[in-house]
Amino acid sequence: MYFKELLSSLTKGCLHVMLVATAITASAQQKDSVTSKDLKEVAVSAPRVAKEVVPGQKLQGEELKRLGGNSVADALRFFAGVQMKDYGGIGGLKTVDVRSMGTTQTGVFYDGIQLGNAQNGTVDLGKFSLDNMEEISLYNGQRSNIFQSAKDFASASAIYLTTIKPKFAEGEKTHFRTTVKTGSFGLFNPSFLWQQKVSKHITANLSGEWVNATGRYKFRYEKEKGYDTTAIRKNGDINAYRLEGGLNGQLQGGEWSAKGYFYKSEMGIPGFVVNNVFGHVDRQWDRDYFFQASFRKDITAKYSMLLNTKYANYFNRFDQPDTALLMIDNRYYQQEYYFSSANQYVINKWWNVALSGDFQWNRMRSFDKTGNQLSEPIRYTTLVAAATSLSFNRVSAQLSMLGTFVNEDNRINMPAPSKKEFTPAVYISWQPSPSPDFKLRGFYKRIFRMPTFNDLYYQEIGVATLKPEFATQYDAGFTWYKQTQNSTVKEFGLDVDAYYSEVTDKIVAQPTSNPERWQMFNLGFVKSKGVDVKAKAAFEVWSDLRLSTKLVYSYQRAQDFSDPADTYYKNQIVYIPIHSGTFILAADYKLWQLNFSQIYTGERYNAKANIPDNYEQPWYTSDIGLSRIIPLKKWTFKATAMVNNLLDQHYDVVRSFPMPGRNYKVILTINI
Amino acid sequence: MINHSRHLLSLTLLATVLLYACRKGDKIVPPVITPVTPPTPNAAVTGFYLLNEGNMGSNKATLDYFDYTTGVYHKNIYATINPNVVKELGDVGNDVQIYGSKLYAVINVSNKVEVMDAATTKRIKQIDILNCRYVVFANGKAYVSSYAGPVQIDVNAPIGFVAEVDTATLEVTRKVTVGFQPEEMAVVNGKLYVANSGGYRVPNYDSTVSVIDLNTFKEIKKINVGINLHRLKADAYGDIYVSSRGDYRNVPSSLYRIDTKTDQVVQHFGVPISDIWISGDTAYVYGSEFSYNTNSFQITYNMLNVRTETVLNKNFITDGSEAQIKMPYAVAVNPVTKEILVGDAKDYVSPGKLLCFSNSGQLKWSVITGDIPGHIVFVPVKK
Repeated sequence: MYFKELLSSLTKGCLHVMLVATAITASAQQKDSVTSKDLKEVAVSAPRVAKEVVPGQKLQGEELKRLGGNSVADALRFFAGVQMKDYGGIGGLKTVDVRSMGTTQTGVFYDGIQLGNAQNGTVDLGKFSLDNMEEISLYNGQRSNIFQSAKDFASASAIYLTTIKPKFAEGEKTHFRTTVKTGSFGLFNPSFLWQQKVSKHITANLSGEWVNATGRYKFRYEKEKGYDTTAIRKNGDINAYRLEGGLNGQLQGGEWSAKGYFYKSEMGIPGFVVNNVFGHVDRQWDRDYFFQASFRKDITAKYSMLLNTKYANYFNRFDQPDTALLMIDNRYYQQEYYFSSANQYVINKWWNVALSGDFQWNRMRSFDKTGNQLSEPIRYTTLVAAATSLSFNRVSAQLSMLGTFVNEDNRINMPAPSKKEFTPAVYISWQPSPSPDFKLRGFYKRIFRMPTFNDLYYQEIGVATLKPEFATQYDAGFTWYKQTQNSTVKEFGLDVDAYYSEVTDKIVAQPTSNPERWQMFNLGFVKSKGVDVKAKAAFEVWSDLRLSTKLVYSYQRAQDFSDPADTYYKNQIVYIPIHSGTFILAADYKLWQLNFSQIYTGERYNAKANIPDNYEQPWYTSDIGLSRIIPLKKWTFKATAMVNNLLDQHYDVVRSFPMPGRNYKVILTINI
Repeated sequence: MINHSRHLLSLTLLATVLLYACRKGDKIVPPVITPVTPPTPNAAVTGFYLLNEGNMGSNKATLDYFDYTTGVYHKNIYATINPNVVKELGDVGNDVQIYGSKLYAVINVSNKVEVMDAATTKRIKQIDILNCRYVVFANGKAYVSSYAGPVQIDVNAPIGFVAEVDTATLEVTRKVTVGFQPEEMAVVNGKLYVANSGGYRVPNYDSTVSVIDLNTFKEIKKINVGINLHRLKADAYGDIYVSSRGDYRNVPSSLYRIDTKTDQVVQHFGVPISDIWISGDTAYVYGSEFSYNTNSFQITYNMLNVRTETVLNKNFITDGSEAQIKMPYAVAVNPVTKEILVGDAKDYVSPGKLLCFSNSGQLKWSVITGDIPGHIVFVPVKK
C-alpha cells in the first residue's frame, strides 16, 4: 500500500495504474519453458566499425505494422520524451517535440538524408506513410556514429525513417504486397509495394499509395454542470497520392542506392473550434518531390567514404477563401540542392577519425493572391563536422565538432546577416562489469536551429536580424538488458535516462502593438529536466502464446525562465505534460495477433501562465487490434480489425482542435 | 498458465478502466475574486465591466466585473453565470457597451454580439453578425460595424457594413455598406460617423470616414482623413476625434478632428495614438507605436483639452508607475470620480493587468485580468 501511495503521489494520480499493471503483469508470468521465437532485426549491411555509442529508440518491422497507424506520427507517439503536436484528423498537422526543446529543433531523415523545410523548420510527420516503413528511430542529440554526413550532427534530436529495402531469399525474384485500409473518417487507403531482383547485386522497389478520406468525425465538448455539445468535424477531407521507387546495389565493401519520391495532396483545414464557429473553409495543396542518392564504400583497408546527394522541390498553396475574412491565397515554392561527403579513417583498432562536409542550397519563392511576390530568400549552408571515436573493451567515446556557415540572399527583403557557429558534442558509454547486460552512458551536446524563412521574412512578421536558437543538452543513463533461457520471461530490458537541457534565444512569435500583427523575437529561455524510462519484456506463456510488453514513461519539467518579472516565470511551458507514458502489449497465438496500446498524456497548459483558464485535461487513449494471418498456397492474407480510442474519450491535444473519439479501421493485406 | 493469461487480460482491462476513471470532469473555470480596494457603498457608478479579448483561436474572450460598492474584482464571470452557453463567451472580444438595461459584447471571431442583462450578466440573446467590430447606440437602435460586406472584385476584399439592430427585439433591421474594414463609430446629430481602416488591403488602406444619415440609412458622404482609421469619439462640442493607425513603417499614428457641422477635417494632431477616451473636456490618449524599421516599441501617454482643442503634452500618470505597464491596451475614465483605468495586455497571450489611477494620476490599485484587457464600460449612474 505504501508503495502504491508513493507512486500515486509521484505521478499525481493516473499513471501509476499503468505502472502497477505492468509490474503485476511481469510478476504474474513466471513459468513454462519453451524457447521464445527471436524477433531479431533484419541484418543490414552495416558500415565498417559503425558502432553507436548510445543506442536510439527504435520501432521496426512487425512491431511497427501492428500499431496499425496511418502515418509515422502515429508510431512516434510511442517513444519516450516525445510529444506529438496533433491538430487532429487524418490530414491534420502532426509535428514532434522531443524533450520539450520545440518542434523546430528536431531533424527528420528519410532514408538517411534530411527532409528539409526551410519555410517553417518543421516536418509534417502525418504526411509520411507507415506502409513502406521498415524502421523508425529516434536519437536524442544525434546518432552517435562518426561516419555520417555533417547534417546528422546538426539537430538537437534526430528521427530516422527507413523504408523497406528489398531482401530476397534464395530463388526469389519478386515480392508484391498490397494493402487496403478503410474504416472511420470515410477512409479509403489502398497501397502497394513491389520489389524486384534486377541482378545479383541490384534490387528495385516501387511503392505507391492513395489516401482518400472525408475526415469527418464526431467530437464533443462537455462541461460539468454546463453545456454538452456534440458536432461533426468538417472540412477535414484529404486526397493524397504517394509514389516512390528506387534502386539499391551492393558493392564490394559498400552499397549504393538511388530513389525518387513524389507526394501530392489536397486537403481541407478544419481549423479551430470556438464559440459560434464550428467550421472553416480553408484549403491546402501540397506537391512534393525529391530525388536522392547515396554511395558508401570502403576504399582502402583504413579509409571509407560516404556520398549523399539530393534535390527537392516543394510546392504549397494555402487558400483562405472565406469572404467575411481577410482572403488569403498564397503559394510557396521551395527548392533544395544538397551534397554531402563523409570520410572515415581507421587509425588503429581503437581510434577512428572522420570528416564530413555538406553543402545545401535552399530557395523559397512566395506569392500572394494577386501574384505579388512576397519574398525570395536563398540560403547557402555549409556544414563541416570533424569527429573521432575511441573504443576500448568497455569504454567508448565519440567527440564531434560541427561548424555551420550560413549566408543568405533575398531579392525582395533585406537578407539576414551571415552566421557562423561552432557546436560540439560528446558521447560516452561504459560497461562497468564484464557482462554486456548493463551499460552506462552519457552525452553533452550544444546545437542550434536557424531561424526559418518564415521567422526571417514572412510578410510583416519576419525579422531578418533574428539570432539562431540554441539548445544545450546533458544526458546520463543506463541500459539493462537480459535474455533468459528456460523461463516464461524470455527477455527483459530497462533503459533509464535523466537529462537537463536549456534552450536559449528561443524564437517566439509575439503580437506587436496590434494583436493581429505578430512578430518574431529571440525572447525565450527554457530550462528542462526530465527522465525517460523504457521497459520491455517478452514472455512465452505456453508453447503457442507469446506476449511482449513495452512501457514508456517520461517525466518532463520544462520551465520558462525568460523573465523573472513575468507572472508565469518558472511555469511549465506550453503543451508539455509533466507526466506522460505509453504501454504496448502484443500477443501472438498461432495465426492470431493481438495488439493493445495505451497512450497517456498528463495535464498541460495551453498558454504560458499555469492557471485554470489555460488548463488542458489529461488524456489517454487505448487502441486494440486483432489480426489473423491466412496462408493460402503461395499467397498470404492478413486481416486486421482495429478499434482506436476504445473508451471514446474526447480530448484536445491542441486547444480548440478536437480529436476523434472511438474509431474503427479494417486492414487487409495480401503478400504475393 | 491459462490463469496467467487471464490475469494479464483482466489486469490490462482493469488498468484501462481505472485510467478512465482517473480523469476528472471538465469544470467551468470559476471566477477569481480579489478584493482590491476598500468598498465605496454609495458609489454613484456602481461598477464596470472589462472585456478581455483573448488571442485568436483560443476562445478566451472573458468578462470581468469590478464592483465599486464592495471594492471586489471578479475575474471571468461569464462562463459561471451562463454555464449552458456552448464554448463560453467566445473568441476575441472586441467591444463592450451598455445601453438601457442591457450589456452588449461584440465578439469578433465568434461573429456575434452577445446581449446580456447589465445587472446580472445573464445572456438574453446572441445576434449573429459576421466579423463584427464595434457597437454604438442612438434612439433605441444599436449600430454594429462589420468587416464582412460583399467582396469587391477589383480589390479582392470584402467591403464593410453597419448593421442596425432594434434594441427591443434584438433583430437586425437595416444594413448599410460603408468603407473597407470599418471600426469605431459615433452618432452626432442624427448622423453616424464610421472610421474605415482598410486593414485587409495593406498597403492600400482606406482613409475615409463614412457619414450615414440615420433616417435614410444611406451613406451621404465620405470624409477623406488619413490611412488606416481606427478610433472615433465624439466630444460635447460637435467634434469628432478620429485616429489613424499609420502603416507601422513610415506613416506614424496620429489624430484628426472633424467638425460635424461642416463634415470637414479641421485639425491634425501629431500625437502617437492607440486609444482615446474623452471624459468632459479632457481626452486621455496613449500610443504604443511599433516600428518595423527599428523593431521596437515607443509607448507614450498624453492628454488633450477638447474644448480648447489643444494637446496638453502631459502624462495622466504622474507617479512614474507607467514603467510597470508593458503594453497599454485600454484606457477608461470613471465619469464621476475621474479615476483612470489602464489595461496592460503584456505579451497578449498571458493574463493582463488592470491599473487604477486617481484623478491626479497616482496608482491606487491593480489587479490581474484575463488575456488582453481591452474594453471597459461603466455601469451607468442610476436615476
